[in-house]
Amino acid sequence: MAKTLVQEFTKGLWEEIPPFRLVLGLCPTLAVTKSVENGIGMGVATTFVLVFSNILISALRKLIPSKVRIAAYIVIIAAFVTVVELLMQAFTYPLFLKLGIFIPLIVVNCIVLGRAEAFASKNGILPSTADGLGIGIGFTLALGALGAVREVLGAGTFLGHAVFGPSFEPFTFMVKAPGAFMCLGLMLCLMNLVGKK
Amino acid sequence: MGDYIVLAISCILVNNILLAQYLGNCPFLGTSKKMETAVGMAMAVVFVLVMAGVITWIVNTYILQKYDLVFLQTIAFILVIAALVQFVEMFLKKSIPALYSGLGIFLPLITTNCAVMGVCLINMKEEYNFLQALVASFSYAVGYGLALVLFAGIRERILLARVPTPLQDTSIALVTAGILSLTFFAFKGMV
Repeated sequence: MAKTLVQEFTKGLWEEIPPFRLVLGLCPTLAVTKSVENGIGMGVATTFVLVFSNILISALRKLIPSKVRIAAYIVIIAAFVTVVELLMQAFTYPLFLKLGIFIPLIVVNCIVLGRAEAFASKNGILPSTADGLGIGIGFTLALGALGAVREVLGAGTFLGHAVFGPSFEPFTFMVKAPGAFMCLGLMLCLMNLVGKK
Repeated sequence: MGDYIVLAISCILVNNILLAQYLGNCPFLGTSKKMETAVGMAMAVVFVLVMAGVITWIVNTYILQKYDLVFLQTIAFILVIAALVQFVEMFLKKSIPALYSGLGIFLPLITTNCAVMGVCLINMKEEYNFLQALVASFSYAVGYGLALVLFAGIRERILLARVPTPLQDTSIALVTAGILSLTFFAFKGMV
């Protein structure tokens, strides 16, 4: 039992790490990874929603009629997103302003609904928690990594500290939309190279 | 009148919902492999987005703001969108079954298409009036369709090219989307 829980947790970190292995949830991935801080903040918020919605959906899985299950899941997810939104507004206001409309948009993040449908609706509470936590942390790591690449190259800083000397000319391209697409595409290519020994 | 034309151009080209605001990327990559599904998806998005934009504006102004319930915005909007998508699905199944089967799972996924929800939220954030919200929703949807169809055309060509193994499929698609996004970037400063 303990071993399978660990497996459910670790698969989110490598085998099924979103957004690389599961190509889902691309919009927040592209939009908020201008800096490491934003990326990790978004990842943590998504993890919170993912874990709690997985727990609740798994607990209610026998009560929700299968015909209206998607609607029920969305309402549950939306409720947790509202919780996160209000918490962030109260405690991390600057981050809340930076992430902007992407916090309410966690509702429509395909990863959350995808896990609810593919995992939490079929498994018990403990495995679902482990699954939510694993996928969430994997997502946070991926966003952090992408944010790091884009922040270092695009602004010459890491978590706000200058990395290069004053003579460094930032690639503004990297923090803009085209850079986001290309950076993600190239990272995906790198993952494929490493994954296929 | 001039203001509305400027708004429309800015929503279609300058602030293109897909390539400049990064919204709605999952169906963008998913349905752009074939021109046919791309066109179908674009039409479905236009239809749903315009209706969603109008209905959420009404809900927000006459229910949420009136009774001081704006904190329920997220839940209210997603419910409106989910109901709308269900309606479109039933409509297509009955009247255009070919398109219905072509769109496959991406039709119910419009519910979780961030472009739809995103535009509704942008409309509220910018505090557009009714007509502005209508114009913005329609133009964003047209911009979405334009980007999707252009991208599908490019991807059909990529199929014929020899792509290195690690770059195949999603990876090359994202890099291509980056280049397409770069061309849209050139419209910055036009409005």
